Amino acid sequence: MLKQTNYLTKVYGLPEGWTLATYEREARGYQAARKVLTTMSPADVVNEAKKANIRGRGGAGFPMGVKWSFMRPHPTKPAYLVINADEGEPGTHKDRTLMELNPHACVEGCIIGCYAIGAHAAYIYVRDELHLSKARLWGAIKEAKAKGYLGKNPFGKDYPVEVYVHTGAGAYICGEETSLLNSLEGKRGEPRLKPPFPAQAGAFGCPTTVNNLETIAAVPTAFNLGCEEFSKLSSIHHLNDGGVRLFGVNGHVKKPGVYECCVGLTLRELIYDLGGGLLDDKALHSVIPGGSSTPVLRAEDVVHAPDEKSPLHAWHGKSVLDVPLGVDTFRNMGTMLGTCCATVMAEGTDPVACFHNLMQFYRHESCGQCTPCREGSGWLLRIAEKLMDGTCSMDELNTLHDVANGIMGNTICAFGEGTAMPALGYLKKFRKEFEAYVKGERKGKDARLAVGAWGQS
Amino acid sequence: MPFALTPERERELAEILTRYPTKMAACIPALHLCQDQHGYIDDDVVTWVSHRLDLPPAHVKGVVTFYTLFNQHKVGKHQLWVCRTLPCALRGAGEMLDYCEKKLGIKAGETTPDGKITLRTAECLASCGTAPMMQVDKDYYENLTPADVDAILERLQRS
Repeated sequence: MLKQTNYLTKVYGLPEGWTLATYEREARGYQAARKVLTTMSPADVVNEAKKANIRGRGGAGFPMGVKWSFMRPHPTKPAYLVINADEGEPGTHKDRTLMELNPHACVEGCIIGCYAIGAHAAYIYVRDELHLSKARLWGAIKEAKAKGYLGKNPFGKDYPVEVYVHTGAGAYICGEETSLLNSLEGKRGEPRLKPPFPAQAGAFGCPTTVNNLETIAAVPTAFNLGCEEFSKLSSIHHLNDGGVRLFGVNGHVKKPGVYECCVGLTLRELIYDLGGGLLDDKALHSVIPGGSSTPVLRAEDVVHAPDEKSPLHAWHGKSVLDVPLGVDTFRNMGTMLGTCCATVMAEGTDPVACFHNLMQFYRHESCGQCTPCREGSGWLLRIAEKLMDGTCSMDELNTLHDVANGIMGNTICAFGEGTAMPALGYLKKFRKEFEAYVKGERKGKDARLAVGAWGQS
Repeated sequence: MPFALTPERERELAEILTRYPTKMAACIPALHLCQDQHGYIDDDVVTWVSHRLDLPPAHVKGVVTFYTLFNQHKVGKHQLWVCRTLPCALRGAGEMLDYCEKKLGIKAGETTPDGKITLRTAECLASCGTAPMMQVDKDYYENLTPADVDAILERLQRS
């Protein structure tokens, strides 16, 4: 259901929208943090936060309030809040807009988050390329400090909170939470084995909560509206998937961008109503629903959920484009909601060329720690290159399954699945096109990704 | 002369160290400061950082070689990163990269003979809604047309 809102994005278009003055005047700035710190106990904050049903916005969709509740005070060690703003999943462009255009929501969310989990310091881990984002966040931190919202006594409360921006140095894997923690500690960004989970031993060996940037930025809105009211804005509130979130749309649409809507929007609404439809009014070919690691959907795919207990049963037999974009709905469809930023492909796009492009990404970004992923991502890319060159045999195409399945479940972190799932997804959905390359019916030199010439569309 | 940070950057590093419970955590920020000053990270820089932060040189070297943005060799005065990943490719990034290569007379990964511009491809820069795009030094340039790229390249070549 299409319901556009502007809780997070109200200040986006305003002059100096990223300043404290605008945030306080237009978006109830820091009212939620003030209320939380001056009238609620940390336990109340966590209980209230659970009612907001904010599913982690970074891709995994874990309920934020539940994650907060895992934090237990340690007798000797401090706790930390770490915010994942290492946005780098291909097709994902939402967190950057928050940092650049509404940085105070991120800082206010950090204050509430720190208080709830018993932390006195939050680190916002921003990928280094986003220089404007870092500058805007530091600017917001400075302004909030000058006003007494951060520091020794935020809002007069004897509960010190500091927020820092930390930067990476160009590694997609640092968006994986344990790899991010290693990177924050000044190490190579290689993922850690779990357990221990961050709530037991995270940053600097201390109890830590890692939240996505959009997740934490939604917290002030939830507390301003009342967490249950916030959750009910969603049309799939009953699936514990609440509130509003940022929906991105990119690729072959007329109006690519980031739109704030109530949870429950469908892909059809995102592509046609918000995205303005496809370039040159072409037909839809396929869509990657939430970042490149989420398996691709074809335009003609329909939901198969005859089981009445399935959360998808209500959409049985309907187009996948008409299913609400939710964590559980999309997981049950054999793909994932991911970061909720859809990449749209028009008819005429070559799916094997898409696969080739993505395998280059995964080969480049595998951190190399686990053999199945390091070698497997290279192997998948070699098969993709051979397909494009016209030198791939049917036997080699068939090994693609085995290689991808050899990565799945055999690596320390989920990057392995993130590589194998889209590879298997493309092969399963476009087997005919892959075979056409093997048979020489299609050639790499004819493969098209763009619609029309560059600069013309 | 062995490498050392300028006093101004050294003050910045001292402030950065106050943010973390360990010195090691300042490793990546310190390397960024060094690269801003020196252009790339050679063994002199690695040695300096390892002394300054009480880390084994092998640790610092390991960090440098892990992250894409640390240059291990001298690079051009300006860094030009063209995003090549799928969402940008769908909007013509492939053609845009070819155009840059032709105009500059170099391939991605190379530096112009006058040492002014290093052209590279980047993996997703979180700018998919405003594709195609490129990063020039610290700035993003989005929704690019051939005319925009002409203007960017001319400005860089004149600088």
